[in-house]
Amino acid sequence: MAYTDPPKASFRLSQLIYDTRYRSMTIQVVTLAMVVLGIWWLVYNASVNLKVLGITPSLDFLWARAGYDIGFTLIPYDSTMSYGRSALVGICNTLLIAGLGCITATLVGVTAGVLRLSKNWVVSRLMGVYVEAVRNVPLVLWILLVFAVLSEGTPAPRAFKPDASGVAEASMMAFDSLAFTNRGVYAPAPVLGDGAGWLGLVFLLSLVAAWAYRKLAKHLLFDTGRLLPMIWPALAIAVVPTIFTYLVWANFGLGLIYFLIGVAWISAVVVVYRVVANAIPSELGKVLAFFAGLIVAYFVVWFGTLAFLVAKLTIFSGASEPGSVASWSPPVMFSYPTLGGFNFTGGMNIPNSLIALWVALTFYTGAFIAENVRAGIMAVSKGQSEAAFALGLQPNRTMNLVILPQAMRVIIPPMISQFLNLTKNSSLAIAVSYPDIRATLGGITLNQTGRALECMLLLGLFYLVLSLMISAVMNRVNNRMKLKER
Amino acid sequence: MENTSVAYVRTQMLPQSAPPLGQRGAIKWIRDNLLSSWLNAILTVLSLIVIGYVLVGFVPWFVSPTWAGTSLADCRAILTEAGRVGEHGVEGACWGVIRDRGFQLMFGFYPNDAYWRPVLALVLFLVSILPVLFTSLPRKLLIGTALVPFALFWLIWGGSVWSAVSIALGFVLGWAVFKVLADRVSLIITVIAAVLVPILYWMYLSGDLAEFLGTVADISLPAVKSKDIGGFMLAVIIGVTGIVLSLPLGILLALGRKSDMWIVNKLSTAFIETIRGVPLIVWLFTAQLLLNYFLPKGTNFDLLLRVIIMVTLFAAAYIAEVVRGGLAALPSGQFEAADSLGLDYWKAMRLIVLPQALKISIPGIVNTFIGMFKDTTLVMFIGLFDPLGLISAIRATTDWNGVYWELYVFIAAVFFIFCFSMGRYSLYLERKLQREHR
Repeated sequence: MAYTDPPKASFRLSQLIYDTRYRSMTIQVVTLAMVVLGIWWLVYNASVNLKVLGITPSLDFLWARAGYDIGFTLIPYDSTMSYGRSALVGICNTLLIAGLGCITATLVGVTAGVLRLSKNWVVSRLMGVYVEAVRNVPLVLWILLVFAVLSEGTPAPRAFKPDASGVAEASMMAFDSLAFTNRGVYAPAPVLGDGAGWLGLVFLLSLVAAWAYRKLAKHLLFDTGRLLPMIWPALAIAVVPTIFTYLVWANFGLGLIYFLIGVAWISAVVVVYRVVANAIPSELGKVLAFFAGLIVAYFVVWFGTLAFLVAKLTIFSGASEPGSVASWSPPVMFSYPTLGGFNFTGGMNIPNSLIALWVALTFYTGAFIAENVRAGIMAVSKGQSEAAFALGLQPNRTMNLVILPQAMRVIIPPMISQFLNLTKNSSLAIAVSYPDIRATLGGITLNQTGRALECMLLLGLFYLVLSLMISAVMNRVNNRMKLKER
Repeated sequence: MENTSVAYVRTQMLPQSAPPLGQRGAIKWIRDNLLSSWLNAILTVLSLIVIGYVLVGFVPWFVSPTWAGTSLADCRAILTEAGRVGEHGVEGACWGVIRDRGFQLMFGFYPNDAYWRPVLALVLFLVSILPVLFTSLPRKLLIGTALVPFALFWLIWGGSVWSAVSIALGFVLGWAVFKVLADRVSLIITVIAAVLVPILYWMYLSGDLAEFLGTVADISLPAVKSKDIGGFMLAVIIGVTGIVLSLPLGILLALGRKSDMWIVNKLSTAFIETIRGVPLIVWLFTAQLLLNYFLPKGTNFDLLLRVIIMVTLFAAAYIAEVVRGGLAALPSGQFEAADSLGLDYWKAMRLIVLPQALKISIPGIVNTFIGMFKDTTLVMFIGLFDPLGLISAIRATTDWNGVYWELYVFIAAVFFIFCFSMGRYSLYLERKLQREHR
């Protein structure tokens, strides 16, 4: 019986092109070869060019003396330190502006996004104008504009000095603690005394405690259905121990009395508010109750202070030498800027470049985040809120328990990319000469050493690693928020 | 028969009376929209205060009779004459700077007598994209569209017409090679040949050919140097070229990142993530400072061209991510249906997958373009004169030393008009292409 063998699995060269099993291999090998060839060509050119110029690439310059000053530093730095150190200063400055920007842009963006959906016609239109106007104009222009306002529209420090008749052209704000000048903003600076570490520890621990309380309350709610009040106790747990530690560390006796006065003041407000609000059950009643609480608290604090003064006179009289019970030495104090000569001393100077960059990045990125938030809330179908209302949930509970958790899933991924954009956009510091990593490592260092290749490589690597880190962290958050599907 | 046990029965309906005053018209609208709760009322008042504050500050400054001013001092004289002197000196904008330097903001240092060239180029460009935007026009017109870029190049940079023609010939050559080989040999070889032949032609033949044709018939425009091109013209050139070139590249990268082939996939991913992870300004500095290191010794090509290449690569990576989102949103049934019809990869992509994926990605693509157009302002940091870069040049003259806000406001307004209309067009397109949920 004649039958044909199945064709031998012999391999012919043409299969590399015509057989889909091998073709993908061919394509990949060809692609890889072309890419490798291209890279080799670039590297070869670079090596030839560098040899002609007599440069051998190395990172040794990072340990050489920098010899230039930086206007704004977070870590100690002076011109005798190394180029590596100046790059580190730049990294800190970049991280500072990126961190500050992300926080405020989120606040502005979420507020604007929610308000844009408000039923209030004026407010929603105003937010619409804000979003459209800001995001359709280049960021560089905003940075330059804010910087021009700050440096052209504010007085020089010497304008704060009273002239012969005792009248100054400009005056400080917020009880003489803030001064906006064309050389930057002068603000109070915290000075850490001993015990600052303990204070920080107490604050951290109370944050943990507040978080634990929330968890406990949630468990209780899910297990037994009992609803504990959430916001005020959590806030009290987070804040009260820190205030207590601060006052008592400063001076045991006085601190205790101050603390008790504070507790009395707040209790008075709360009690009176409750009583009046229950007596007049309306919106107006709440407003009245609030003012009544304030008035009563005012008198309580008045009498409390009086009692305290009496106590101080009787208990501590005579004990006023430093180091004794009556001396007041809190763990954290503030140094205020004061006018000396033609400039301010004390406090801290926040350069206008930082503020211009911060404000512009905040409002620019905020406009984009506002659109993401709006899209996220609108993506939750109407049936969800109607179902929640049908179950009898209050509007704010509907928002917190039903709409926001679902909206967050839509909001978070684009928010991550906005944070990344903000971080990368912080390199526009170049427009206002804020000393970020681009200005130190990729600017002055590059110009002084002529090591363009190494500097740009390190600069690119820094941004790349930073971006990858941010997206890794935020992707973890995203995965936790994601709908758990089986 | 009428019921007489009741004293009086109304037999006719009363006419409807109007709702109470508080429940209709403007009062109801205000109560519902502006004062529905305490919080709402406070927000309304706050917003009105903000709006009033901005208007009071801005409008008197904006409405200023200084269009004819020839210098900042002249503007101040006009304002003083009009009696607009406040406690901080004269109050009002100096619009004379826009009249005086408006053309410079538009064209940079382009020769005055040649302004018609970029204007003609813009008109030509707008006409040439009509066949792309409106599918009802005859498809033959697309050939004209393909030739227009070379005409634009010649119009803007000038020089001999033959260099543009001989570069265009390279593309024609590649296309011809593709057509000839397409049905005879495998696709891979065809593509490689269609890429290699034009490159060889440009490297060895194109220059001589242009020179030879130049001796035959000398048709040329005065050449303009790249550094003279500036203002909004520069932004439009970089933006439009970047948009046109980055879209195909971005689509290819997106397909590469979605590909099953391991090496292609990883290479595309690495390229996209590297580009996206580093700010554009760093890439521009790389183009300015480093590109010469990586090219054969002696090559020194135009800064503007380098910027365009960098911006294109940058935008392509972003577009790749947008298109990848569109591809991911497509149900896998579409890919499988294309396969089961027996379509090969490129046909499946071209006919089934990409039309749907691109439709989904349109808003994202337009947003990327808007972003890229705004980012063209960054070229001021590497020494090109975009509108913002020109501000310092204008302020450096004695006439306009001290002018700030007028230039910022003007430039912001122009950018706003460009970007806002692009955004609106994308919304319109999105609505038009939306087939489902109607």
